[in-house]
Amino acid sequence: MSAFTLERRGGVTLVTFDLPNESVNTISKAVGWELEEVLTRLASDEPTKAIVLRSGKPDSFIAGADIDEFVQLRTVEEAVRLSRDGQLLMQRAADSTKPIVVAIHGACLGGGLELALACHYRVATDHPKTQLGLPETQLGLIPGAGGSNRLPRLVGVRAAFDIILAGKSVRGRKALQIGLIDELVPEAILLETAIAAAERLARGGSRSKRRGGLSGALLDGTPLGRMVVYSKAREQVTKKTGGNYPAPLRAIDVVRTSMEDGMTKGIEAEAQAFGELAMTDVSRRLVEIFFATTALKKDDGVPEGMGRAVPVRRIGIIGSGFMGAGIAGTAVMTAQVEARMKDADLVRVGKGLKAATDLLGVRLKRKQITRYEYERQRALLSGTGDFSGFAGAQVVIEAVFEDLAVKRQVVAELEAHLPATTIIATNTSTIPIHDIAMGARNPERILGMHFFSPVEKMPLLEVIPTSSTSADAIVTAVQFGRRIGKTVIVVADSPGFWVNRILLPYLNEAGFLLEEGVPIEMIDSVMTAWGFPVGPVTLLDEVGLDVGEKAGKGMHAAFGDRLTPSRVISVMRADDRLGRKNSRGFYFYKDGHKTGADGSVFQLLGVRPQGEVDRQLVEERLVYAMLNEAAMAMGEGVVRTPRDADVGAIFGIGYPPFRGGPLRTLDAIGAGEAVAKLERLEASHGPRFHPAPVLEEMARTGGRWYPADGGR
Amino acid sequence: MLTPPPGRRAVVIAGVRTPFAKAGTVLRDASAADLARHCTRELLYRTELPGSEVDEVIYGQVVPSPLLPNVAREVSLLPQLPRTVPAYTLNRACASGAQAICNAADQIMAGHADVILAGGVETLSDVPILHTRKFSQVLVSASKAKSLSERLGLFAQVRPRDLVPVSPAIAEPSTGESMGQSAEKMAKENHISRLAQDEYALMSHQRAAAATADGRLLAEITPWFGGRGMDQVIQTDNTIRADTTLDALGKLRPVFDRKYGTVTAGNASPLTDGAATTLLMSEERARAMGYRPLTAIRSYAVAAVDPGWQLLMGPAYAVPLALRRAGIGWGHLGLVEIHEAFASQVLSNVQAWGSADWSARLGLPSVTGEVDWDRTNVLGGSIALGHPFAATGARLVTTLSNEMVRRDVQFGLISICAQGGMGFAVVLERVA
Repeated sequence: MSAFTLERRGGVTLVTFDLPNESVNTISKAVGWELEEVLTRLASDEPTKAIVLRSGKPDSFIAGADIDEFVQLRTVEEAVRLSRDGQLLMQRAADSTKPIVVAIHGACLGGGLELALACHYRVATDHPKTQLGLPETQLGLIPGAGGSNRLPRLVGVRAAFDIILAGKSVRGRKALQIGLIDELVPEAILLETAIAAAERLARGGSRSKRRGGLSGALLDGTPLGRMVVYSKAREQVTKKTGGNYPAPLRAIDVVRTSMEDGMTKGIEAEAQAFGELAMTDVSRRLVEIFFATTALKKDDGVPEGMGRAVPVRRIGIIGSGFMGAGIAGTAVMTAQVEARMKDADLVRVGKGLKAATDLLGVRLKRKQITRYEYERQRALLSGTGDFSGFAGAQVVIEAVFEDLAVKRQVVAELEAHLPATTIIATNTSTIPIHDIAMGARNPERILGMHFFSPVEKMPLLEVIPTSSTSADAIVTAVQFGRRIGKTVIVVADSPGFWVNRILLPYLNEAGFLLEEGVPIEMIDSVMTAWGFPVGPVTLLDEVGLDVGEKAGKGMHAAFGDRLTPSRVISVMRADDRLGRKNSRGFYFYKDGHKTGADGSVFQLLGVRPQGEVDRQLVEERLVYAMLNEAAMAMGEGVVRTPRDADVGAIFGIGYPPFRGGPLRTLDAIGAGEAVAKLERLEASHGPRFHPAPVLEEMARTGGRWYPADGGR
Repeated sequence: MLTPPPGRRAVVIAGVRTPFAKAGTVLRDASAADLARHCTRELLYRTELPGSEVDEVIYGQVVPSPLLPNVAREVSLLPQLPRTVPAYTLNRACASGAQAICNAADQIMAGHADVILAGGVETLSDVPILHTRKFSQVLVSASKAKSLSERLGLFAQVRPRDLVPVSPAIAEPSTGESMGQSAEKMAKENHISRLAQDEYALMSHQRAAAATADGRLLAEITPWFGGRGMDQVIQTDNTIRADTTLDALGKLRPVFDRKYGTVTAGNASPLTDGAATTLLMSEERARAMGYRPLTAIRSYAVAAVDPGWQLLMGPAYAVPLALRRAGIGWGHLGLVEIHEAFASQVLSNVQAWGSADWSARLGLPSVTGEVDWDRTNVLGGSIALGHPFAATGARLVTTLSNEMVRRDVQFGLISICAQGGMGFAVVLERVA
């Protein structure tokens, strides 16, 4: 079956791209050949004066290049060739003597946008699903099918960098503003507008001209201005990536070559850069994560065919504090479900409603939603002091104070007020779910949903079933979590679950370093250089020292001396330091903003800050504390697969994506080397570094977490 | 008496209202739609009624904003309801809420609907302020003007006095008499003393305060989360003066006739913001869905008198008519709720119902009935609770229904006087 169908409309031939047996269109080699054939045929087809290209998929134009072909590449030469093939295909379209108009509705990404750029005229719909972008840098690549050359020529260097460097996409209105598209129309008249444009171009009509303004002309339009743009972009990218991600920097180079030395040179540079980047470890890791998250989207956390999800239309939330309000606001704005918050104190309910409404307000302000959508979503939020409206909820999430007795009380009350089938999710980071569910009448509908704070921003959700939880409840929680935009992993009901389990020893090690007088900013800078978005000491301030203390005690009780908490936290607590929340922590805060490290912490600890510190050792102690705990937890079966473990670490604690997750890191180091390093650390810093048994086993057998051939 | 087909009796399931607040106070930032949607949504949650069951929304509003002419549709566009629920807003002046409920009852009895949300809302903090006729005409012409000079020419005609905004007064368009002047007139013509009016107002406040303290009124109110931080929780009506005294009331100056008058701010209902919604169903649908109805709408009646006569005397006719349609007499009534626009109006209505002279004067065949204050306005009335015009009728239906259940009363009566000389009466019947 062909991916393209042709239909004549007067002098215009309508080419519909509809990849058989796929939900979205992607550009593969086979598709490329077919498209070339179509273009060749139409070139000599006398009645065809112009061409309109559109998608046959609902709400999606072309999602990008076929990544499956991409991962099979083994050498730089192969990758360069793939890029060249793509470039030639796009050039073919660009060279068509008959004007090609693309009619864009839905996602127009990567190779899809590169094709659209090569065509002669672009009409897109104003639908929210219409997104145009070049996400290649998110996979450690650059646009390799002419996009790095054509985009800056079309929209100017600055706008092109906005799209290419962060791999972000823009909606139709913005695309029109920057000149990426020529016309923006409602979906209903997309096709007729595209055909009319095609007819106009066939008669020799001209395209609309891009608007730029004076500063635009100066910056984008002159070589000198562009030099400023290049160096500014390089500076910003370096600051943002810490030099850990080569793709955006290469993209700047390619664009510069293209704009200053001409497109022929630019095309060469583009293919070469693409080929080299494709073979980097960074790109490999990012592509693996892409596949892992894609696979997670289809994984309901139970064996295939088990469990049926209940469609969620209303959620109840017990506790309208920061967490409860965050969950409510997020659920309303992402899934348009009703969210009803209950709290014993109505003033707290009101404050929770306000906090949740403010999340919608931010979206309104940023014009991500209309005033009408805002009003409608606002009305989905409600609050109460009793259980009215809870019986009609499919899922009730408790987000009350982190205290076992309180949470048990809440579960008991819920069981008294809810039908026996309503799913009860408990949002806890430290208390075992089976303890909370103990004594429940219907333990099969109880599970944990561990949200991260702030809920609307943090992408991960841990779903924690107990041994009694039903498959239906798990599937419902996982699917609902996905609906509200989260990446969901199902983890075992073990202290700290997955994310906090591996985070805590790492934070604890930071505490030990502080006890030894290692400067605060030094510890943080070592880890941000390693690729974390923030360092461990900053993170302690963010999380809150009270929360950290509680978690530390729980983990210590569960795992014994290995996780004896550093005394730093109790010392800080004794000085009424909670971190950012009371503007007293390891750092100074002014108006909610972190200013500098608070040196008086060392006076509290009774140590003198060290001048000379071995950064390498600091890094090793922190990294291995986490890696070893990750191996330990894996050995206990806390996470189902290495995939879930790595995705959880990246999305849950900002583990550097280019390192692929703790287990990928361990594979890169090798179990033997990791064990040797841990043994050295154990000798110098104590038994907490004793290698995890599973690692020792791997070291003996040459085992790995992932297959050596780069499999997923 | 109208006897509906089996199962088609219109029954009251529940009602919820916002707190009532003096205009310009705690609800002043809320729009009519905000208030109406808030209490309606809460009613849906309290009754666990799936939105898909709702056939129609009928709402009353007396002073709508020109920007929001059909508040009922705003209510039916709550995301808890399908977008396909039709809705209309009506205006029967102060009886609008009651009219919305009775229209719903008619639709249900006729078999056109099974589940209707009916109520009323008023935000007297947000009344439309208009331009003068002259200035409006200039604006309209200017919007059609073809050139700048033509436009400037039009604006040149405007005089300073044309720019003074016009705010609507609560006055009869037919007579120019304000509601307060009418109440004053009735007090004089019916010889209702200042003391009698103040005593009546005191009773209203004391009863409302007691019914708030013992939770009976709170049960009908859903909290409003006010203020910029939504942390000002309003749970009670701020119109009630629990600590007022006859002495304090006696010190107030008459408002409408400074020299000979007796009507004061203390013995009249205040301008009020608020909304109330009632859920009505056909009896058969209520039973099928497992609801226990509170009451049924047994009958209703509306009447009007010459606005130039005693403006608020409509109930003198409406009440006997409703009783006749209900097939019962005054003696069957276990509870009575009289809307209190003014103490002088309540006492005038009571006088008219109870006296043979009055009945003859009104051309009624017999005396309507003698009011027993132990069974009348037992939770206070509009003087204490406030009077958001169109919401009052819905408040009365809910309050009376709940109290009829508490006291296990078979029949209850609601009497409402309304602008334009109208009177509205509803007879509720306890459902077993």
